Amino acid sequence: MQNAGMNIEDKGGDQLVLHVGPQHPGSGHFRLIITVDGDYIVGAKPDPGYVHRGAEKMAEYRDYIQNIPHLERPVIIDATGVTLPYVLTAERIIDVEAPERAQYIRMIMAELNRIISHLYWLGIYGIFLGHSTMFMWPMGDRELFIDLAESIGGTRVTFSYVVPGGVRNDIPTNLKERALKTFDYFEKRIEEYKKIFFNNPIMTARTESIGTMSQADAIKLGITGSNLRATGIDSDTRKDEPYCLYDRVDFEIPTRKEGDSYARCIVRLEELQQSMNIIKQVLDLIEPGPIKQVIGGVMRGEPGEAFVRTEAARGTMFYHIVSDGEKQPYRVKISVPSFRNLIGMTHLLVGSKLADMPAIYWSLDYWPVEADR
Amino acid sequence: MSAKFVTENQLAKSLKDQFKNKIKEEYIESNRIKISTGPENLKNLAIAVKELGFEQVMSQGGTDYPENNVYRIEYHIICVSKKKLRSIIFSIMTEIPKDKPEIETLIDVLPSAEFHEQETFENFGITFIGHPRMEKLLLPEDWDDIPPLRKDYILPGRG
Repeated sequence: MQNAGMNIEDKGGDQLVLHVGPQHPGSGHFRLIITVDGDYIVGAKPDPGYVHRGAEKMAEYRDYIQNIPHLERPVIIDATGVTLPYVLTAERIIDVEAPERAQYIRMIMAELNRIISHLYWLGIYGIFLGHSTMFMWPMGDRELFIDLAESIGGTRVTFSYVVPGGVRNDIPTNLKERALKTFDYFEKRIEEYKKIFFNNPIMTARTESIGTMSQADAIKLGITGSNLRATGIDSDTRKDEPYCLYDRVDFEIPTRKEGDSYARCIVRLEELQQSMNIIKQVLDLIEPGPIKQVIGGVMRGEPGEAFVRTEAARGTMFYHIVSDGEKQPYRVKISVPSFRNLIGMTHLLVGSKLADMPAIYWSLDYWPVEADR
Repeated sequence: MSAKFVTENQLAKSLKDQFKNKIKEEYIESNRIKISTGPENLKNLAIAVKELGFEQVMSQGGTDYPENNVYRIEYHIICVSKKKLRSIIFSIMTEIPKDKPEIETLIDVLPSAEFHEQETFENFGITFIGHPRMEKLLLPEDWDDIPPLRKDYILPGRG
């Protein structure tokens, strides 16, 4: 985080330094320091840290259960996406395993959260491109998925639902019926989204060939998630190193070859359908049984370490927990996808037009709160 | 060599052949390989790991061990382009003395380590020699306390 202050600096000649942010541009406080030469961006330096709280340090003072709501805070938009890998890592430390039914329920929640997060992204992307209908529609439809998740987790956004040993409570008996009804409706809506937004010449003109990243650069810079898949690499932790019971369901990994802003959008749109497909299969596969392995007393692990990665809405979420046998972790390291994708922003913005900045910035689905932790 | 974890053992063995006793196998588990080395060898080890196909730094971090007077530095490296290696997380680690907290940067080998190393710098005070931006990234510019992830930094109100 740098000194706030003057927002425009004249570098002499034709160059000008612009501070974009740190107001809330739709996702959290974040600043970009951009040097422009006429219409073109010649320098871009991300300045994160405005919502940094020291989550890793604070986690050292909380026990394994208290850390669940604590570590959920950076990414409330994808609450299960951020708590699931934490719980999976903690389970390795305290040596418990969730029963099969709980694993399936975790998958339902994780995929619902992916849809909720992607729809939020889509709404904001609509407004970033000046398309207010595409802001209203996904935000409205997102509520249906929030309703489904609420019927499972008991609250709208911050579920703290996944716990070591299983999940907090069972799913409602009519979940399948409700979910299928919602999916039927939403599958039709996706076609309407395409008509009004994704196939709209104004949208394509603003995103196609804009902010193009090559596959080699994406690998080199450490880009992850949909942004990586938009360059043609079908890497997804759910397939690469399956966790929960993802190896029992059949789904595709949407990819595009172009690597531009439009490709990133289409990959996320197709991921919505895949997430619904996964939930449908899970609802067929799930069988009655226990939802939690009861752990007696205070959770504490053997001295040692564990690390686990999962596929959250924005990419690979990685936790590394070191335990010294106490009831609090000795060290928690979180590697979040937004922080890894941040490096791509400088790369993509330099050489682009200033007017394309919003289209590139939000096509990366950068979530400042997640990156800052 | 156990019959389990064939790929993992092969990868570790190729490094052991190359580095002999300069590296130590911390553990090999399903999809996990962890190798430690001295700070002077870390860069050569990273180059060798990259040649095996591991190309992206997924995470890099430090841990403070005040009783041993060391910082442990770890890089968790993954492969995304080759399907066969995608399931594996290759971790390399080293320990540096707390009274001389500096180590050579790996960003010329693995450019994706850039922000991670910067974060470790501000949180532990570890200087990565050769890194172009050893400056604060997430912490407030006016932070003048000790680096917060050191064990001797106590959270306000928790002392």
